[in-house]
Amino acid sequence: MLELLKAPILTFQEFVLLSGRAVRGIFRKPYYWDDVFLQMDLIGVGSLPVVILTGFFSGAVMALQMSRALQKYGATSQVGMIVAITLVREMGPVLTALMVAGRNSSGMASELGSMKVTEQIDAMRALGTDPIMKLVKPRLLATAFVLPLLTVLADFVGLVGGYLVACKMLHLTTSSEYWSSAWQAIEYDDIAQGLLKPFVFAIVLSLVGCHYGMRTKGGTQGVGRATTQAVVVASVWVVVLTFIIGRVFVTM
Amino acid sequence: MEQTDAGPILIFRNVSFGFDDNLVLRDVSFELTRGATLIIHGAAGSGKTVLLKIALGLLRPTSGRVILFGLDVTEYTEQQWFDVRSRIGVLFQEGGLFDSFSIEDNVGYPLVNQPLLQVPPEEVAPRVEQSLEFVELGHTLEKFPSELSGGMRRRVGIARAIVTQPELMLYDSPTAGLDPITANTIMALIVKGRDMRHATTLIVTHRHQDGEILERYRWDDSIGGLQKLEGVSAGTRYLVLEDGRIAFLGSPAEFDACNDPHVAQFSSR
Ligand SMILES: Nc1ncnc2c1ncn2[C@@H]1O[C@H](COP(=O)(O)OP(=O)(O)OP(=O)(O)O)[C@@H](O)[C@H]1O
Ligand SMILES: [Mg+2]
Repeated sequence: MLELLKAPILTFQEFVLLSGRAVRGIFRKPYYWDDVFLQMDLIGVGSLPVVILTGFFSGAVMALQMSRALQKYGATSQVGMIVAITLVREMGPVLTALMVAGRNSSGMASELGSMKVTEQIDAMRALGTDPIMKLVKPRLLATAFVLPLLTVLADFVGLVGGYLVACKMLHLTTSSEYWSSAWQAIEYDDIAQGLLKPFVFAIVLSLVGCHYGMRTKGGTQGVGRATTQAVVVASVWVVVLTFIIGRVFVTM
Repeated sequence: MEQTDAGPILIFRNVSFGFDDNLVLRDVSFELTRGATLIIHGAAGSGKTVLLKIALGLLRPTSGRVILFGLDVTEYTEQQWFDVRSRIGVLFQEGGLFDSFSIEDNVGYPLVNQPLLQVPPEEVAPRVEQSLEFVELGHTLEKFPSELSGGMRRRVGIARAIVTQPELMLYDSPTAGLDPITANTIMALIVKGRDMRHATTLIVTHRHQDGEILERYRWDDSIGGLQKLEGVSAGTRYLVLEDGRIAFLGSPAEFDACNDPHVAQFSSR
C-alpha cells in the first residue's frame, strides 16, 4: 500500500517544488518577454477557433435543453438568465480550460519533453540560463494572462449562441427580454468567480504541462507518455478545482 | 570568482551517484591537470554521461566531493554553478542544439546568456562566425539544426562549446553514430581545439581510435591538419568505467599493457 502511494506522492512533491520555484521566479529577473509574447500568441490566438466554437455551442445547447423545462413552468422569459449564469459560473471557465489543457498543456509537455530527451534543457543550464525562468515562467505568465480573456470571450459567444437558439430558432422570448434577463442575472459574485477560476486553472494548466515535460525520461516514447499524462492530470485538476472554488463561493 | 592556476582543474574525490536506489557511479576518484586530456571509455550504461553531468553541476553527487578550478563546488547552488559553467564548454551526447533557434543563435547562446561573460552585443556576431569557421560551417548561419546532417550538427555543437573560449572542454560521445570519415573529421576538430587553445579536455567515447588520435596526434596549424607525434603525448590518460566503478585509470602505456579482460576490450589494437 505504501509502495503504491510512493510514486504519486513523489510526483506531487516534485510538482510542488517546481511550482514554488516558478512562482518565486515571477518576482525575479531575468524576464524573457519575447518568450512570454510568443506563448501568448500560441495559447491565446491559437486557441481562438476552438474556444469560440465550444463557447457558442455550449450556450446554444444550454438554451435548447432548457427550453422544454422552462415551457413547462411558463418561464421561457428567463432563458437568458439561465444561460448567463451557467456559462459565466461554470461552463465558460471549465470548457475553455479543458480546451486549453488539450491544446496547450499537452503542447508544453511534448515540447519541453522533447527538449529534455535531446538534452536541450541540460544545454540551457550548461550555457547559463535557468530553464524555470526561460521555459516555465513565460508559459505560466502567458497562460495566466490569456485564459481569463479567452473565458470572457467564450462566455460572450455562448450568450450569443443561446440567443440565436432561444429567440431566432425556438422563439421562446424576445431579444430585449433575453439580453436584459441575462444581464440582470449576473452579479459581482459571478464575475469574480468567473474570472478567478480561469486564473487558477491557468496556473495549474501551465505548471502541470511544464512539470510533465521537464520530468520526461525514456526517449521519444517518454515524450508521448508525458503528453498524455499532462492532459489527463490537468483536466482532472480543472474539474476538481471548479468544484472546490464553487463550494467556497456558495458558502460565502 | 577567484582564479587558481596551480593544481588540477577537475578533481573527483570518492564520488558516488544514484538515481533513487540504484547506484550508477560508485566511489569514482580522479584528477585532471591543466592542459591534460582524459579519455573515458565504458560500455553503454556504465555511467559516463552521468559522470560528465556531475562535472557540470547538472547532477549533484550522492556522496563524495567535486573540485573545479580549485574550488569545492559540491554544495554549490544553481546560481553559483552558473559562474563555474561559464568556464566550461560542453558537447552533449544528444547534441542539445536548440531546435527553435537558427545555427547563429545556437552558437551565440552562451555568449549572450552566460552571466560571467558580458560579451558586448556587437562582438557576438563576429565571434559566432569565427567559431563556425573553425568547424568549417561558416555558411550555415541562417539554417536550423533540423536542416543539417548529423555530422554537421555535431560540428555546430563543437562550435557552440568553444565559442566562449573555455578552459575545460567536455565532450560526450562526439563520434557516436557517425561514419569513420566524419568521425575522424570531428576528432581532428577536437585535437585542433585542444592544441590551439591549450584547453583541458575530457572526452567520453566508445571508439578506441578516438583515444589513439588524441594520444598520438597533434594539430599542426602550418599544414592545417593533424601531425603524428614521435612517441606519445605526456598529458593523456585513460579511464575505463565498468558498472559505475573505475576499472582502469592510467597512462596510455599502462592502458595498452593492462591485462584485465574488460579493459583490454577498449584498448584492442
Ligand atoms: N534520468 C535517469 N533516471 C534513472 N536512471 C538513469 C537516468 N539517466 C541514466 N540512468 C541510468 O544510469 C546509468 C548510467 O547512465 P549513463 O547515461 O551515464 O550511461 P552511459 O555510460 O553514458 O551510456 P551510453 O554509452 O549509452 O551513453 C544507466 O544504467 C542508466 O539506466
Ligand atoms: Mg552516455
